[in-house]
Amino acid sequence: MRTRLTLVLAGAALLVLAVVGVHAVSELPAAGDVPHPYGARAVAAAFGHATANAVMSVTLDQRGFDTLGEELVLLAAAVGTVLLLRELAAETREKTEHGYGPEDVFEALRLVGYVLLPVTLLVGGYIVLHGHLSPGGGFQGGTVLATGLYLAYLAADYRALDRLRPPGVLDATEGLGAFAYVAIGVSGLLAGSGFLADWLPHGTLGKPLSAGTVPLLNLAVGVEVGSAFVLVVGKFLEQALLAPDDVPEEG
Amino acid sequence: MSAPGGLVEQLPVLLVVVPLGAAALVAALGHWTPRLVADAVAVLVAAVASAGAAWLVVEAGGGRVVTWLSGWSPGVLGGTGGTGSSGGTGGHESVGIVLVADRTAAMLVLAAGVLVLAGLLFSWRYLEETSATYHALMLLFLAALSGFALAGDLFDAFVWFELMGAAAYALAGMRVEEPRSIFAAVELGVVNTLGASLTLVGITLLYARTGELALAYVGERLRAQPADALVGFAFALLVVGALVKAAVVPFHFWTADAEAAAPTPVCAVLSGAMVSMGVYAVARWWRVAFDGVLPHATVEHLLMVLGAVTALVGAVMCVYQRHVKRLLAYSTISHMGVAMLGVGLLDEHGTAAAVAYLLGHACTKGPLFLGSGVLLNRYGTVDEHALFGQGRGRWLTGSVFVLGGLGLAGLPALGLWWGKATLEHALSVAGAPWAVAVVVAAGALTSGSVLRLTARVFLGLGADPRARGEGEEPEEPEEAEEPEEAEEPEEPEEPEPVGYRTIALMVAPAWLLLAAGAALALVPWVHRAGATAGAVFADRQGYVDAVLHPDRPHAGLVGHEETVWTGSGLALAGLTLVLALLVAAAALWAPRLRAWPPGRVAARAVRPVVGGLHQVHRADLPEQVAWLLAGAAVLAVVVGR
Amino acid sequence: MLSWLPYAVAGWIFLVGCYGLVTSRHLVHTVVCLNVVQSSTYLLLLAVGWTRGGTAPIFADIGRSRSVTDPVVQAMTLTDIVVGAAVTALLLALTVQIAKRRGTVDPRALRSFEQESEE
Repeated sequence: MRTRLTLVLAGAALLVLAVVGVHAVSELPAAGDVPHPYGARAVAAAFGHATANAVMSVTLDQRGFDTLGEELVLLAAAVGTVLLLRELAAETREKTEHGYGPEDVFEALRLVGYVLLPVTLLVGGYIVLHGHLSPGGGFQGGTVLATGLYLAYLAADYRALDRLRPPGVLDATEGLGAFAYVAIGVSGLLAGSGFLADWLPHGTLGKPLSAGTVPLLNLAVGVEVGSAFVLVVGKFLEQALLAPDDVPEEG
Repeated sequence: MSAPGGLVEQLPVLLVVVPLGAAALVAALGHWTPRLVADAVAVLVAAVASAGAAWLVVEAGGGRVVTWLSGWSPGVLGGTGGTGSSGGTGGHESVGIVLVADRTAAMLVLAAGVLVLAGLLFSWRYLEETSATYHALMLLFLAALSGFALAGDLFDAFVWFELMGAAAYALAGMRVEEPRSIFAAVELGVVNTLGASLTLVGITLLYARTGELALAYVGERLRAQPADALVGFAFALLVVGALVKAAVVPFHFWTADAEAAAPTPVCAVLSGAMVSMGVYAVARWWRVAFDGVLPHATVEHLLMVLGAVTALVGAVMCVYQRHVKRLLAYSTISHMGVAMLGVGLLDEHGTAAAVAYLLGHACTKGPLFLGSGVLLNRYGTVDEHALFGQGRGRWLTGSVFVLGGLGLAGLPALGLWWGKATLEHALSVAGAPWAVAVVVAAGALTSGSVLRLTARVFLGLGADPRARGEGEEPEEPEEAEEPEEAEEPEEPEEPEPVGYRTIALMVAPAWLLLAAGAALALVPWVHRAGATAGAVFADRQGYVDAVLHPDRPHAGLVGHEETVWTGSGLALAGLTLVLALLVAAAALWAPRLRAWPPGRVAARAVRPVVGGLHQVHRADLPEQVAWLLAGAAVLAVVVGR
Repeated sequence: MLSWLPYAVAGWIFLVGCYGLVTSRHLVHTVVCLNVVQSSTYLLLLAVGWTRGGTAPIFADIGRSRSVTDPVVQAMTLTDIVVGAAVTALLLALTVQIAKRRGTVDPRALRSFEQESEE
């Protein structure tokens, strides 16, 4: 009964929203013809600061404050996830046999994993460092770096992964990455240009050393994001591997 | 941009960035430093942030402190806009993000800082088993609250909104051994995220229409063209997220659960600061971007109806709670509805009164939550019935409840008096005496519930609820039998001598907040400051000018101060108090009342309504989502035509 | 008519996500539906930012005068995606704990703890 009422309420609400929405959106120009005054200014500003990737210029230079907040949302989530998935004193930890030990891995998979791991890390590093020149940046590159480490888990086993994640180190790199971003921002204050201002020499457009502080900020973000994702996925893996068998899968 | 003037100009940035940086450091190094260091750093940062916010309140004065970030002030680009600008901005737009700190925003940041400080002081002894992650999350919460209040850019506000959310979800659910906490955190998470997504759609539609994200620019572009369905629809969606945070009906179901189950210091911050930000956002976004664009009367009626319904629903639900923190949560919902009445007037005095109300509420509700934490710590339960008579003689904690309870009725000289008196005045001047009745009713019901609770627990008044057998079965028996897990399981059974100093340390932050509330009510400078803040808030053109031309000097405004200590204000406060005492007495001696024929009739008449409300409030997660969508649909239909 | 398609698709995905939220029987499904709703916001953002005939705003190999799509909207979408991922992580962590404590992950079991109590 309640379920049916809920569906009716939601259905009616969605219908109304759809109708009003269609009426409202019909007042917009067609997709492709929407004017972008801010966008045009942003592109001009990107040129002004010799940043080839205008999106990166907006993200880290013009609207860097937003990105600071966003990065800290990720930090909050990583820290929060570690907090929420922490072991309680009452829980006993059986870290003996996992479901996926070295002898269970196919040789082919192990080989591919070992080969792909350094390649992935290299690609991730490239994406982070070239964010101001080509699509990419700290967030994208950091994610690739983090998933690269999980190749170690897939190719070997949880113990190998655990060795690559000594406790406390990742929390430190994550926090320090975020703090580095803040510090670079403060350096702008001290240099007299304003918080998060791009005050370093801008160089020439398209060269690796251009766009002032943007590559540095990318690096800080990359470190933070990579650490955060390794932490988060590691915590979930821990839960999955240590869960008792009788937790039901369906509600 | 050098030294003295420069520091004030950077103060808004610092208020956000210092807690952020400190949180990052605490998260980084917390693993290797002792708990004391994390506590000390967090408390220090919160104290410094509060001091900075207080300075900003003074410095903002009759104007605004405007900070363009990343060095992108207007005119840096030479005003290139590609096509000629169609709005009144004069082609001088910037590409950066702007922070606008007027006195109102600064006061709310101060409130957030003080609440987080109080929470951290409280948790110094209260939360024994916690790691530095808690402190990092609290500092992030503070930074997000500050950033949200100071943001002059819609998308930037959205980012801080999401950070507020992320910190809240983690903090609310952190007692993972307690299923209620985790459930509450999931509800909080899903509903708030859905609301945030709707807000983002609103921001996107506004961007599509105006091509801008800075609030001032959006406002100017909107005013340059006649409003159509798109603008109304965008407004409706935009405020959904804010209304979810503000715990306005029908977006409020998460509040009771979250504030009941979260750890006490977190509840204090949620209830005093986060919900206030929701109310503030509606007022700010309307004033700068939509005032003069959307039909005034429609929005006014909408907000006032929402406010009134929220105030009454929250107040009625509050009366029927026996879980202390849930009772306080519903009382928060009710008071947010009252504040929304002030905002709904859409004028200078209404908004000034609403802000005063929010500040006073923070100083009243915060101590009550901290007091409930002391009860939980000491007796292992927050069930009013189980606590009956337990607190006899414990006046350190009891006094907090007495003052808080009386404060909720707007007792003169306590925190809410200022806001309530000015709000009632603004409402009656605007020709809405029915709203005044709602304010009084909400105050009476919520205050009465807290006073009843106080009388039961600390005086043992009224019939012993445990002796009564009729209809007392709670829906889920194991909730009542199994006590709430105490935060300090190793506390000795007789806490007398050892406990006293601990209790005193935990009660001290509550007293700090109550004292701040008294200052709000009694110090004349505060009332003048509030009036100025209201005038500045309402000055739309001044806001836009300050953002567009931050380098030009701007004339400061002085608010027209209404006397707070009026005869009618005192009379209404007296009325509210009397009603509150009646409500409390009626509850305490309910069995005797029910034996009396008129009492029986009244009880029978009230039962279906209250029963219906209870049933609705037993909403599960899909139902809460449905209510959110329904609320959004109503807003869309009313405004988006 | 096809120029309205991006908006229509975004709206449709939003509706589908909301429908999923309301009818969900499993918390992980709920979280994924929330992600779907967020995806619709990304799509709407990008649709608004699209310029007909425009290319990506990366100027390493194209001329300055070339028409490009709006970089601001893309930056907003990037931020939105990160925030979405963060919230998903938190909600899934909570889901894991619910599964451990209550043995069920049905969102209908997340009923508000409202009790029928007298004053």
